[in-house]
Amino acid sequence: MQVKEKQVFSIPDVIKDRPTHYCPGCHHGTAHRIVAECLAELGLVEKTICAASVGCSVLIYNYLDLDIVESPHGRAPAVATGIKRSRPDAFVFTYQGDGDLASIGLAEIMHCANRGERVSVIFVNNTVYGMTGGQMAPTTLLGQKTTTCPSGRCLENEGSPFKMAELIGTLGGTVFSARVAVNNVKNLKNAKKAVLKAFEIQEKGLGFSFVEILATCPTNWRMTPIQANERVAKEMIPCFPLGVFKDTTKKQEKP
Amino acid sequence: MSRAVFREERCKGCLLCTIACPKKIIVPADRFNQQGYKVVEVPEKDMSKCTGCASCAMICPDFAITVWKTIKPKKGARKDAAAKSA
Amino acid sequence: MPRQKAPKRIFVKGNEAVAHGAIAAGCKCFFGYPITPQNDIPELLSKILPEAGGVFVQAESEVASANMLLGAGACGIRAMTSSSSPGISLMQEAISYMAGSELPAVIVNMSRGGPGLGDIGTSQGDYFQSVKGGGHGDYRVPVLAPATCQEAYDLVIDAFDLAFKYRNPVLVVGDAIVGNMKEPVIPRKVRKKSDKAASWCLSGAKNRKSRLLKSLHLEEGGLAVHNKNLQAKYKSMKTEVRQESFEVKDAQLVVVAYGSIGRIVKTAIRKLRTQGHKIGLVRPITLYPFPDRVLQTLAKQGKKFLTIENNLGQMVEDVRLAVCGLADSDFFGLLPGLTPSPDDFEKPILKSLKKSLKR
Repeated sequence: MQVKEKQVFSIPDVIKDRPTHYCPGCHHGTAHRIVAECLAELGLVEKTICAASVGCSVLIYNYLDLDIVESPHGRAPAVATGIKRSRPDAFVFTYQGDGDLASIGLAEIMHCANRGERVSVIFVNNTVYGMTGGQMAPTTLLGQKTTTCPSGRCLENEGSPFKMAELIGTLGGTVFSARVAVNNVKNLKNAKKAVLKAFEIQEKGLGFSFVEILATCPTNWRMTPIQANERVAKEMIPCFPLGVFKDTTKKQEKP
Repeated sequence: MSRAVFREERCKGCLLCTIACPKKIIVPADRFNQQGYKVVEVPEKDMSKCTGCASCAMICPDFAITVWKTIKPKKGARKDAAAKSA
Repeated sequence: MPRQKAPKRIFVKGNEAVAHGAIAAGCKCFFGYPITPQNDIPELLSKILPEAGGVFVQAESEVASANMLLGAGACGIRAMTSSSSPGISLMQEAISYMAGSELPAVIVNMSRGGPGLGDIGTSQGDYFQSVKGGGHGDYRVPVLAPATCQEAYDLVIDAFDLAFKYRNPVLVVGDAIVGNMKEPVIPRKVRKKSDKAASWCLSGAKNRKSRLLKSLHLEEGGLAVHNKNLQAKYKSMKTEVRQESFEVKDAQLVVVAYGSIGRIVKTAIRKLRTQGHKIGLVRPITLYPFPDRVLQTLAKQGKKFLTIENNLGQMVEDVRLAVCGLADSDFFGLLPGLTPSPDDFEKPILKSLKKSLKR
């Protein structure tokens, strides 16, 4: 008897067929794929314009088959504002790392969110500056050793890590702010739900949406991919709890 | 019999799929791909244990895995098939 | 003879003329930040741009404004920002990126005193910043320098056309005098030319291949090729050179001055001419491309030069380069922080004339 089967997992067409430059075990590829799946499922691919940023993901244009413009370091939310204000019918998102968004770009993300720009921001937080070799980032944990805080981040000298999803959630123009992880299948599924929600909010023209994705950087953490993956659960989630920090759509749904 | 299909040339040997698989049937192989990464595989004898859950594919950061799930035949189908051939 | 109907005029500040020019040019987006002495530009546009169907955003900083401009430029949309000297310093990164990614944009600078916070009065201290590229890398931008409110209106319209013709940021550099003086301006209906942006801009990859706008070129030799192409483009911009020549034919001394200073110097020259002195003026209207050919021609005729600027000596270097080997240029700089009048320039012009007649 012929065995019938159906494909239950495929790679969306918007992902280009080429190997990535990301390190083994880096979560960028996973995050790219979640974004790609959501764009495909919501039928947004053909009207999407992405403002790419500077970091390991500067080469995102090699992997996502979309209209993309490169932004200066930290400025993607401002570039996205220019895009959405000049082409309001486009679907606009930025994809940024922790140095880009929370350090040099802190003003741009706060104001973009506060103005309630109808764009979506995907924020990949791996607690270091990856591309440049593992320097301290605004989200480096207390006690974490990096190349620019070799004795470990200390409160008196370097302050404590930024909690961006919470911060963005306090701003008037933010409709949705959530933090997710992709270190296991359960978290992955929730991560995709959050990104879908964020994108739907933009499609409905409701306001600004933000998803922070906790991610690994095995190379700069000096860990194997599996050890790095475990660090997300062991060390990162206790400091950066997963969850939804603002969702104004929930209020609207109440009868 | 569900199956996971691995694109070996894309595998970076990160082994995240080996911990994601609930049936623990994915293991590091003995061979390297052209990029120099030690790839993973499901030994032939173990592929029948694959449930098609696609956990491996979901966790893979390199778009290297696709998954096919066996569609179980409907309960009455076997009886009907038997009756037809009779 | 029937009297011609006088054209409709508006009586506006230079800053306002810039705003009206932008609307006439079909500007769809303005992103800006408050800074003296150009606040009339965002203030007026916040009212008239939405009325004209456009979008106004007060950004959180000049850095953000310039990057919003980059985003709109990437979409092939006519967009503009304005600021003054320190704010323009903040925009240099984005201008370099726009030049490298070949994106159209109009940036208006109503320059003030510097360096640093300087003052809120007039100066021409941003010549180097504008013409030599305040940002990093080998790039050039067309620079237009209005001297009247009418020019402030007209040159903004030209700036948009140049920006899209060359897919390049374009600077319009005025100063606190040009920005705040009030004159009649004759508005005009601008015939909309196609920006030809549809072939390269980002709009969502529907029914076409996806597009990428970037300035990063990591592949071996890629950046070299890109830079060669950019240089060829800048060379082709030489056809856009513009200047005003005033009383140069029989002049013994030619003063070179631009913007508000060019205007005030012209008044001084008119007065000195009535006294019999043979003095002329070349007023560059494009600071880049610079009118070197005109100056070379005059140098070959044996004329002497005096460059007058409201700074400590910036354009004079380009005048000297232009006439190199054929002549030299004397220099008089009105210090930033002083408000210029024609009287300030009479003595220096006569001194230079005396010197030149001795040679």
